[in-house]
Amino acid sequence: MNPERIAELKEKARAVRLGIIEALGLEKRGHLGGSMSCADIVAALYFYKMRHDPKDRFMPDRDRFIMSKGHSVLAQYAALAEAGYFPKETLKKTKTLGCILQGHPERETPGVEANTGSLGQGLSIGIGMALGGRLDGLGYHTWVILGDGELAEGQVWEAVTAASAFKLDNLTAIVDMNGIQAVGKTCDRYDLGDIRGKFSAFGWKTFEIDGHDMTQIVRALDEASEVKGVPTAIIARTVKGKGVSFAENTHAYHNNLLTKEQQEQAVREILAM
Amino acid sequence: MLINLRTAYGEELLALAKENSRVVALDADLCGSTQSVVIEKNFPERYFEMGIGEQNMISVAAGLSLTGKIPFAHSFAVFASGRPFDQIRQSVCLPKLNVKIVGSSCGLSDFGDGATHQSFEDLATMRVLPGMTVFCPADAVETKWAVRQAAAIDGPVYIRLNRNDLPVLFDEKTPFETGKPLVVKEGSQVALVATGTMTAIAMEAAGLLETKGISARVIHLGTIKPLDTAALAKAVNGVRGIVTCEEHTIYGGLGSAVAEALCAAPLPMRMVGIQDRYGQSAVCYDELLVHYGLTKENIAAAAEKLL
Ligand SMILES: Cc1ncc(C[n+]2csc(CCOP(=O)(O)OP(=O)(O)O)c2C)c(N)n1
Repeated sequence: MNPERIAELKEKARAVRLGIIEALGLEKRGHLGGSMSCADIVAALYFYKMRHDPKDRFMPDRDRFIMSKGHSVLAQYAALAEAGYFPKETLKKTKTLGCILQGHPERETPGVEANTGSLGQGLSIGIGMALGGRLDGLGYHTWVILGDGELAEGQVWEAVTAASAFKLDNLTAIVDMNGIQAVGKTCDRYDLGDIRGKFSAFGWKTFEIDGHDMTQIVRALDEASEVKGVPTAIIARTVKGKGVSFAENTHAYHNNLLTKEQQEQAVREILAM
Repeated sequence: MLINLRTAYGEELLALAKENSRVVALDADLCGSTQSVVIEKNFPERYFEMGIGEQNMISVAAGLSLTGKIPFAHSFAVFASGRPFDQIRQSVCLPKLNVKIVGSSCGLSDFGDGATHQSFEDLATMRVLPGMTVFCPADAVETKWAVRQAAAIDGPVYIRLNRNDLPVLFDEKTPFETGKPLVVKEGSQVALVATGTMTAIAMEAAGLLETKGISARVIHLGTIKPLDTAALAKAVNGVRGIVTCEEHTIYGGLGSAVAEALCAAPLPMRMVGIQDRYGQSAVCYDELLVHYGLTKENIAAAAEKLL
């Protein structure tokens, strides 16, 4: 990938991060940490990898994206606004009464493919989409972002075995492995051990990357979409809150308010990234 | 005076755990919100972090109860009652196990997170299970009572808790009893039968009705199940109609329970509650109460229509 293209994608990731801050606003609690940790991946999917068109939202062979960890939807809203699915102005109204941008993803929002928010269900929905696409002979790929804390849900592992059993090479799970869940560090609260090893043991082709290194992200997305015969998992090592120093590597901003000063600081830091 | 229900819950759970070493707590990555963190802090060996895995949590609680423990299993109401419904039915209620399920942030109280996190169905789903006791306390005092009562009952209990600071309606002398209605305000023409947060709002509605010359009795039902039908019939005796008030769907919750209980000798009824809808995000709780028609004005209007 040429350096200019990578630089462009990094700018898109910056736009996504600024959009997250915009959507979070003031005097509203929101999921900053998990939105920031997947911002680079979301940017790479929407602005590099996925076939999609805001002017033709329902084209049958569009790639599908599911934010299984639905609380991180602010990153998706920011990307959808940047891509032109709805006016950027709408971001400000996130989570206000009647707004199309709800606290968790809903299909009423242009560009959102699935309702999530109750953790652990997105990968299964993705399997359904991948099966449907295969049945219809459509070449699209389904991308699902999961949280590492979310992996404690038993349904995730039902889905992991199902995707293997159905040999879904048109499905990729991306684990936003920021190491932190709602209450603390995933390894202290509920240790899931070797996540990559678990996916491998269930027959998935796995990749492990730095989820903030755009070159690595792009390469992994390309390689994952080329794999034949088995589903793919990208285990992305990330930093919760990435880009906003006071929110990095802590659960304190898993779901929290920003003060005016914090908001300004966040914007400054994102612009300086 | 306002006291947060979650704080009151945590205080009483801790007090109970200090007195009774059989009490243990489980949570699914929400112990800060549900306040089960008090057990983790004070009795780390009696706290089990189950990760974000509610189904496993409930069956594990069932197993703990089979070793003589009194497990309190916690999550948001929507996840505590919904995700593991089959586990609650099969692992807990069918074998009549001594498991306490605490559904926190119920109703609209998680206003920002929207539909996926707002629980309007839990009274209905928990109430249909034979053997389940369902508490829906109205204030901090009753929340504490419900914790004690849950521990005293040998069997499954569901406690539904709002996440907000709520007015204190009761005191230590309030004669709470499982399944019994509590007349909190006398009145002769219409009965406002309310549960949870709606009891305080029903009291305000009674005040509003008084200004219009209508005498409303307010009856609090802190237990949705079991329900003492005779006591309820007695409590509503003499009024011309009933308005039920709940922060829950009108299908299957308090309104349904009251209608079922009184169907042999029915009175005209209206139900104030969520009208067969899902929730949504808002910037504050009160905005949603207005949007979903759960205000004192809504209750008063329903009462006026009955007369
Ligand atoms: C079934 C279910 N249980 C609990 C929650 C509440 N909840 C929302 S986010 C979260 C923690 C998520 O942690 P993780 O998956 O690691 O996400 P991230 O750190 O990327 O934000 C919890 C417990 C939920 N949304 N769904």
